[in-house]
Amino acid sequence: MRAPVSWLRELVDIPSSEGGRDIAERLVRAGLEVETVEVIGEGVVGTLVIGHVVEIEELAEFKKPIRWCQVDVGPGHGGVRGIICGARNFAAGDIVVVALPGTVLPGGFMIAARETYGHTSDGMICSERELGLGDNHDGIMVLPADAGVIGADAAPIVGVGDEVLDIAVTPDRGYALSIRGIARELAFSYDVEFDDPGVRVVALPAPASGAVPADCGSEDFGACELFTMRTVTGFDPSAPSPLWMQRRLVSCGMRPVSLAVDVTNYVMLELGQPLHAFDLDKLSGPVRAGWAPAGSRLETLDHVVRDLGPEDLVIMDDSGIIGLAGTMGGLTSEIDDGTVNIALEAAHFSSGVVARVSRRHRLSTEASRRFERGVDRVLAPYASARAAELLMRFGGGTYVGMTAVEAEYRPSRISMPASEPADVAGMPIDSATVVRLLQSVGCEVAGSDGTLTVDAPSWRPDLTDPADLVEEVVRLVGYDTLPSTLPTSALGHGLTQAQRVRRRVGMALAARGAIEVLTYPFVGDRDLDSLRIAADDPCRARVRLANPLSDEQPMLRASLLPGLVAAARRNIGRGNFDLNIFELGSVFRGLAGETLVRPSVEHRPTDAEWSALNALLPEQPIVVGCVLAGERIPAGWWGPSRPYDWSDAVESAQVIAEVLGVELTIARGSDPTFHPGRCAALMIGEAQVGVAGELHPRVIEATELPARACAMELSLDACREAATAVRRAPAVSTHPVAKEDLALVVADDVPASAVLDSLREGAGDLLESIRLFDVYRGSQVAEGHRSLAFALKFRAADRTLDAGEIQLARQAAIDSAARTCGATLR
Amino acid sequence: MLSADAIDGMARDACAAIAAASTLAALKEVRIAHAGDRSPLALANREIGALPPAAKAEVGKRVGEARGVVKSALDDRQVALEIERDERVLAEESVDVTLPTVREAVGGRHPLTTLIERVCDVFVAMGYDIAEGPEVEAEWVNFDALNVPPDHPARTMQDTFYVSSPDSGVVLRTQTSPIQIRAMLERPLPIYVVAPGRVFRTDELDATHTPVFHQVEGLAIDENITMADLKGTLDHFAQAMFGEGIVTRLRPSYFPFTEPSAELDVQCFVCRGSSVGNPDRPCRTCGSEGWIEWGGCGMVNPRVLSAVGIDPVRYRGFAFGMGIERTLMFRNGVTDMRDMVEGDIRFTRAFGLES
Repeated sequence: MRAPVSWLRELVDIPSSEGGRDIAERLVRAGLEVETVEVIGEGVVGTLVIGHVVEIEELAEFKKPIRWCQVDVGPGHGGVRGIICGARNFAAGDIVVVALPGTVLPGGFMIAARETYGHTSDGMICSERELGLGDNHDGIMVLPADAGVIGADAAPIVGVGDEVLDIAVTPDRGYALSIRGIARELAFSYDVEFDDPGVRVVALPAPASGAVPADCGSEDFGACELFTMRTVTGFDPSAPSPLWMQRRLVSCGMRPVSLAVDVTNYVMLELGQPLHAFDLDKLSGPVRAGWAPAGSRLETLDHVVRDLGPEDLVIMDDSGIIGLAGTMGGLTSEIDDGTVNIALEAAHFSSGVVARVSRRHRLSTEASRRFERGVDRVLAPYASARAAELLMRFGGGTYVGMTAVEAEYRPSRISMPASEPADVAGMPIDSATVVRLLQSVGCEVAGSDGTLTVDAPSWRPDLTDPADLVEEVVRLVGYDTLPSTLPTSALGHGLTQAQRVRRRVGMALAARGAIEVLTYPFVGDRDLDSLRIAADDPCRARVRLANPLSDEQPMLRASLLPGLVAAARRNIGRGNFDLNIFELGSVFRGLAGETLVRPSVEHRPTDAEWSALNALLPEQPIVVGCVLAGERIPAGWWGPSRPYDWSDAVESAQVIAEVLGVELTIARGSDPTFHPGRCAALMIGEAQVGVAGELHPRVIEATELPARACAMELSLDACREAATAVRRAPAVSTHPVAKEDLALVVADDVPASAVLDSLREGAGDLLESIRLFDVYRGSQVAEGHRSLAFALKFRAADRTLDAGEIQLARQAAIDSAARTCGATLR
Repeated sequence: MLSADAIDGMARDACAAIAAASTLAALKEVRIAHAGDRSPLALANREIGALPPAAKAEVGKRVGEARGVVKSALDDRQVALEIERDERVLAEESVDVTLPTVREAVGGRHPLTTLIERVCDVFVAMGYDIAEGPEVEAEWVNFDALNVPPDHPARTMQDTFYVSSPDSGVVLRTQTSPIQIRAMLERPLPIYVVAPGRVFRTDELDATHTPVFHQVEGLAIDENITMADLKGTLDHFAQAMFGEGIVTRLRPSYFPFTEPSAELDVQCFVCRGSSVGNPDRPCRTCGSEGWIEWGGCGMVNPRVLSAVGIDPVRYRGFAFGMGIERTLMFRNGVTDMRDMVEGDIRFTRAFGLES
């Protein structure tokens, strides 16, 4: 809502020392967010005067037609001056705005008497744009004949120097979508009287006898509680809107159109009541609000044909639907430049109904915005009287009268303990103050101590609960007066295991060189296809958005890899070739349920309702993933570089397992996203919980990642569930260690992990640790075989081992490997 | 034969040879020659037994003294030569310790993650638990239970991603506030929780908007909670985040789930207000306003308490929330939202393990 300060001052006596910024600050403290304070015609310095064009001489000898004008700017400013002007939209006798030499216009444009087109141009006739009043540069500003005395200061007449506050109005403050509502806040803030124009009775002439005003009705008082029609006939459609009205509309961001339209807009801005003007001659029968029949249609003023149904509240007459209630009128009954008989609709529509209509038709208008936020329930007849009076004052005509239908109005009544505001705020506010402040916002208050009975004013439909009254009181006392205290008790439990795990995993990965990214969860078929994720794979995204930002990515990820791959590609495109990025976040699996439940909000949902609500949601496990590409260790004085490979991907999963204390086993895996020979299945017991390895060459090709890029994805939830809550302390033996190395030859298809398991099994309890330290394939080993070299450490908890015991354990390990893996000692 | 002169001469010869030994190897040979089993003094020592008893004592004493002198000369020389050798070897082994040593650089955690942890830590220290909830959320939890009925204009304040269809009743949560509802339905009273999370709105990505962003929300439900408690909690939080003495400011505002509601501003931690009306010393962090818009807060609307079955007469609560991206922007000087979402490793690496 844009509010010119001059207009506010007309309704409330703001001290003259207060500028726009001071006023804005007051409003902010009252809870209205002032986004900007603009000065109209900012930059104008010096004198603008009202001039009268006495004579125009057309100069034809130049490339474009030029006028040599004699303009009377009054005796105080040198009488008649000669001014060169290129515009052609004016005639001798017109009233214009003249910038005299020495005046500076917006943009630092200094006016001087200068020689041009063979004459001395002694000033400038100004356009709207030159004065910073608007964008209109079609010609110079021609003012109405009675705009002002010749030679008078033109600035206040055209609004130069006025300030305009732009206020972002929150949904609860519908009343602030009017000058009236903002002025009311200021009246309280400055502690001055407020003469409410919204309840002022406008003196209209007695209705013409014999003539019949347009009739009206409401078919549903639940949706339209009040409907009024005021009729004026014999109006002069050519009468212009007064300059001040046009200027105010422009300041508020609206375009002047015609007197009848301008008046309805002006009154809406002033009082907050949307109005609609019909051409009476285009109406047939009573105008009423009601529900649209199924399958009906309406072409609205914006020339859009809209399909309507029983959920649309409309305005109808005997010809059919003529408007979308509270939102926009229809084309057929529109007033035009020949309209002489006018019917003014002023009604009160339910905010929910208008909100639905506006949303359904994606049509947000000045009227719908006000109705959605709540219009003063009793304002309509006052506002239409004000409009009728303005119409007749500037356009003549005869007042025919008003018809109205109205449901009974009962103000919203709220009971509240007088102590409630103080209790909620946590500071003393005595009940006299509570009563006074509630009265200042327009409430009727009964009782003074104990329980107050409060009737909310008609313009505050948002005041329905004690909490609403508490807010009014506390904000008017001032949030800046609240003391700063702390609640007495909170007994926390610290982080949960899941929360600790996420922190530690992130920390461990980052400490080992990985960099965390947070990617968007949106994916599309192309992303999934390029990763070769099969249609029946759980990693194939299935949760779909109804309104995605991009049709390319309408689904929610079921795997972190698409986002990680995209981030990797972006990095590589920017020259960050060596990459180890990871993400830790939720993925979305399975389909959302379909049985819609919407429990009441009057009480706690039942357990069944709560389960049903949760059953609507897909699974959202927490997953960790990484993508690796380029070099892990760069070449340097220490030696050659070491690229990331499949083993780094597996290692990152093992780091995570180690952080959690989970036994993760590695098995040969198969996953279409990964290289079939370089893919590890990450297992906990018998369950696969992740996958790691080198990406499939087809994936690398499709995703444009560098060759040999690797990836890993692991269910953090699964790891967490398998983690030991409390780890047992080990027995640390202080007896000497016995070290034994051995090399075993096994067939190529025997996995190292199987040999390791087998050795461990055979070596028994004396084995403290085992490490594979070399893999050899070559001339000394039979074709199709490889030699695996292991370093074993034996130790007993209670004694020094003797050579015989060590030898036995070693041999048992070898025997075990021979038995289960066909290994032979090399 | 074993005259005093002869014995002294042996000792003298030995000491001269020791002094002349310039390396540990040479000294080793000298040791064998002058202190070994076959050295003159050792041979002399052996002859003592054959001497007449009267001479034994004197010669024995003389030989013993001479051997002592030689041994100590050898030991001293050994120490001196070892020091000399060590100095030389260690000098030879010196390296350029300014060579680059980092083969594998430490990575980085996303600054949004570490900032969320920092916020959570402040509240955990105050006795709050960390609550969480699903990103795909029931519309009822995201809106209805938070006093945003289906046609409320507040639903159009934030543009919502709907899952499956606009009537599915399932949305991407538009705020962290649904976690409040879950906390109130699932936890025993009193409740003190802080709830971080990722939220979604249908904004296109640009320098100041992103469809996916993070919020942190706090909720306290207890008997006798007041708005002054809210103010005090926020003041404490602001000080923990931005430094001693930093305060907050509340401005009246509107949120459906709180009543009274307020916008939350934090005092500028860079200029602390000194840039206001001081054009010579403008402040980029707060735009010379002295305050930075930080979030929203208020007293939990009793209607919300009713919707989760908490007695609004006995219990009151406060709630507050703020955007983490926005906080990171003004706190750490991030100027473009895209830096936080694109995953460029140069951006994140700069923050290391802590933002």
